Amino acid sequence: MSAGALLFCALGIAPLAMLGILLLRKRPNPREAVSMLAAAVLLGVNCAIFRRLEAGEILRWESAEIVPGLSLELAVEPLGALFSLIASFLWLVTVVYAVGYMRGHGEDNQTRFYTFFALSIGCVMGVAFAGNLFTLFLFYEVLSLSTWPLVVHAGTDKARAGGRVYLGILLSTSIVFFLPAIIFTWWSAGTLSFTPGGVFPADADPIMLAALLAMFVFGVGKAAMMPFHRWLPAAMVAPTPVSALLHAVAVVKAGVFSVLKIGVYIFGIDTLADVQSREVLLYLAGFTLLAASIVAMQQDNLKARLAYSTVSQLAYVTLGVLLAVPDGVTGSGMHIAMHAFGKITLFFCAGAILVAAHKTEVSELRGLGRQMPFTMAAFLLASLSIVGLPPTGGSWSKWFLMLGTLEAGALALTAALVLSSLLNIVYLTMIPVRAFWRFDGAAEQAAPREIREAPLPCLLAIGVTTTGCLLLFLFPEPLYTLLTRIPLGGG
Amino acid sequence: MLNHLAILPVLLPLIGAPACAMLRHSLAAWLFACAVTVLTFTCSVALLAATWQQGVIVYEMGGWPAPWGIEYRIDLLNALVLLLVSGMGMAVMLGGKASIWREIPEARRPLFFVAFLLCLAGLMGITATGDAFNVFVFLEISSLSTYALVATGSDRRALVAAFNYLVMGTIGATFILIGIGFIYMLTGTLNMVDLAERLPAVGQSRTAFAAFAFIVVGLCLKLALFPLHMWLPGAYTRAPSMVTVFLAATATKVALYALIRFSYSVFQMDFSILALSLEGVFIALGVIAVFGGSLVAIYEPDLKRGLAYSSVAQVGYMAIGMGIGTAAGLQASIIHLFNHALMKGTVFMALAAMILQLGSSRFENLRGVGRSMPLVSACFLLGGLSLIGVPGTAGFISKWYLVVAAAGREQWLLVFLVLAGSLLTAVYVWRVVETAWLAPAAADSPSQGRLRTPAGMLAVLLVLALSNVYFGLDARLPVETAGGAAASLIRVTP
Repeated sequence: MSAGALLFCALGIAPLAMLGILLLRKRPNPREAVSMLAAAVLLGVNCAIFRRLEAGEILRWESAEIVPGLSLELAVEPLGALFSLIASFLWLVTVVYAVGYMRGHGEDNQTRFYTFFALSIGCVMGVAFAGNLFTLFLFYEVLSLSTWPLVVHAGTDKARAGGRVYLGILLSTSIVFFLPAIIFTWWSAGTLSFTPGGVFPADADPIMLAALLAMFVFGVGKAAMMPFHRWLPAAMVAPTPVSALLHAVAVVKAGVFSVLKIGVYIFGIDTLADVQSREVLLYLAGFTLLAASIVAMQQDNLKARLAYSTVSQLAYVTLGVLLAVPDGVTGSGMHIAMHAFGKITLFFCAGAILVAAHKTEVSELRGLGRQMPFTMAAFLLASLSIVGLPPTGGSWSKWFLMLGTLEAGALALTAALVLSSLLNIVYLTMIPVRAFWRFDGAAEQAAPREIREAPLPCLLAIGVTTTGCLLLFLFPEPLYTLLTRIPLGGG
Repeated sequence: MLNHLAILPVLLPLIGAPACAMLRHSLAAWLFACAVTVLTFTCSVALLAATWQQGVIVYEMGGWPAPWGIEYRIDLLNALVLLLVSGMGMAVMLGGKASIWREIPEARRPLFFVAFLLCLAGLMGITATGDAFNVFVFLEISSLSTYALVATGSDRRALVAAFNYLVMGTIGATFILIGIGFIYMLTGTLNMVDLAERLPAVGQSRTAFAAFAFIVVGLCLKLALFPLHMWLPGAYTRAPSMVTVFLAATATKVALYALIRFSYSVFQMDFSILALSLEGVFIALGVIAVFGGSLVAIYEPDLKRGLAYSSVAQVGYMAIGMGIGTAAGLQASIIHLFNHALMKGTVFMALAAMILQLGSSRFENLRGVGRSMPLVSACFLLGGLSLIGVPGTAGFISKWYLVVAAAGREQWLLVFLVLAGSLLTAVYVWRVVETAWLAPAAADSPSQGRLRTPAGMLAVLLVLALSNVYFGLDARLPVETAGGAAASLIRVTP
């Protein structure tokens, strides 16, 4: 198959799946089979793309010009291949989980749910394989719009209010900051193609570069940099599979992935290192990751706590890019993968707790380990991965990020990373610990004895992603090799 | 035949109108009007193609050479506008049968088609002619027939709206006539090319300034540029749905065309825009229009009226493009002229389909329409996304060029304002989306079940909606045509 055809497959599977889902709307089982089949095929296609990339083949495709000098461009590079693999693998897992969750929870409008889910994943593939900023922006915006029906799925007033905040912030940041930044880039550099080493000429106006970097970092609202992070907690009104895949993996990772690509391929890390506003933004990222952790500690609602934890973890990735050193970029790329597996597991667990025990608040979870030992064990492992402790994958990305801060000589940020990890232990790891060992002195016999776990598909999904966390610790090698292949230009 | 191509797009509807008046049967009149509009559109397509190949096409009316006879000059700019106007006329005729049958009483229908063809002829004439007085004549033809069209609205308030429009429109036309009279007095010619040659010699006189001021104010009235927009919301709201589709997509666009023609071809840029510092005026009024129009649209309880205010806002963008005062700004303005016709044609056509079933365009009646009319609502959404300027739609191309043009003049505040304006657009579009899809339909609303849209209307609506996507992904036609037109207009004054 030619390169273009392969890329078209990756983008075309989602629309085909939508069609199938809509046609089979009256028959739930075949309808979900379509989703699973599409996810499996997409994963296969992405693996094929990955192999071609490893073999050193150049995969790119370009459309006819839309306006003079501008066209849709698709191109595969290591970061995009990594992101697409993660997203499509976790889509497959999430579909399995969603079948258990949506039916167990008795949700309405499931056809609409699966349709827009597929559309969102299609957009994520577009973001992953975008070959220039315009293409990336196109899919980025459509992704915001196509996840809105998922956020407001419940149709209640609360969901609607959440949807407004969600779309309001994502659209405003992208229109007011991201779009003009793209246009100014085009206007001053004459191209929007992702180019190793960056696109700006050496004599570019430093003030403009500084402004552009700030506009990009804030404009990519999906990266949830403070003060534009409010949409992420607001999006938690969505059903749990949406929170799990889209608001812990696909959408938010599309955000930090965009920042990473802009840093590496639009600025180039050498240019980036000299941009004046970089340092300010770097410390803002450090502030975001601490502040979000502190806010997360005060959240009693489990999903809200996870959301703020995500805000904090996204700031790690942004911080890694802004360090503008090779280890920072490696750490960022790894963190996209590690956090994806860890956080999706945590959300899966939160959903399983909701379905099986109908509990949403952290304070209600004490002693739940007896009732849902498997779920809580998975929660424990995944939270260790978020903290960055062995034996889970998260330890590697944190390792590289810390190395990056040392390399850049920013000791304050090293301290921030350590502190944030400690906070993670307090607000995440303590949840399963308290679920197993009740420290509140309540009567032992009051605890439920019999085991009542979530439906089997949910458990299956949790098992897979937890195993993923462990495997990533034991075999980080392929990931590392892939990320070292990112062309960093002069470096 | 080919020698007369330049005149055919005007002549066909102009002759078609009286011919249509002889048909006493509504269905026959409709078929006839459809045939005329399709032919007109075909000729316009051929004309644009010919302009691309041969450059400017000059046609001497009745064989009289220019300063004495009336001359038609077709360049890229008016060929594009002709294509747009005739295309929308065709869309309205082909897709509008059910809506017209519902809203216009049987007895008036044949005359409705006559008025429609006259209006089309007037708009086409303004665009095609190269003679200043001829512009006024066609302006009156189109205006008078528009007043009649608006007044046919089923609501009695349509009469008030038509009367308001008539008063304002007449003032505008009178201003234009006075202006043209002044320049005739100064130069002794009405031919635009001649005027352009002779005006610089007398350009610094007070009469020339007065003439230009009269013409600009008159045209801005027809264009509904803030603060001269007062007639527009009433007329658009009360007119029959199909008339609104047609007017929204074409009438203000033709006025903008005439404004560009007078400011850049007849008078020249360093006189008209720069010497009178109209730049600042257009930008300021445009920005106020964008924000004022959008804010009113956000709070308007009637969607049709809300979209009318949105038109006021969108006219603001075109004015901003003109005010930037470079070829890039003019190009952005012309691109938006084209794209806005597509967007507004789409949303008003979708709204017409909803009104056909629900009988009203008030928000409380539109609740749940996303479920009862999914295709129509989806088309509305596409048009709405294009209005916002989401990438992949025509509206994005407009925004892109407008921002690039503003950046070219290093007007950073303007860049911000233009983009902030599209956020307001997102608010009022999203209000419709929430009402259509999230709000439950009222118990006695027809939206409780599935509602069928007539096939013809649906087909036209789909074509319009998809054209928004097409011209968002392949914008070469409007962009290159507008680029060529803008370059030739600015090049007149090196």
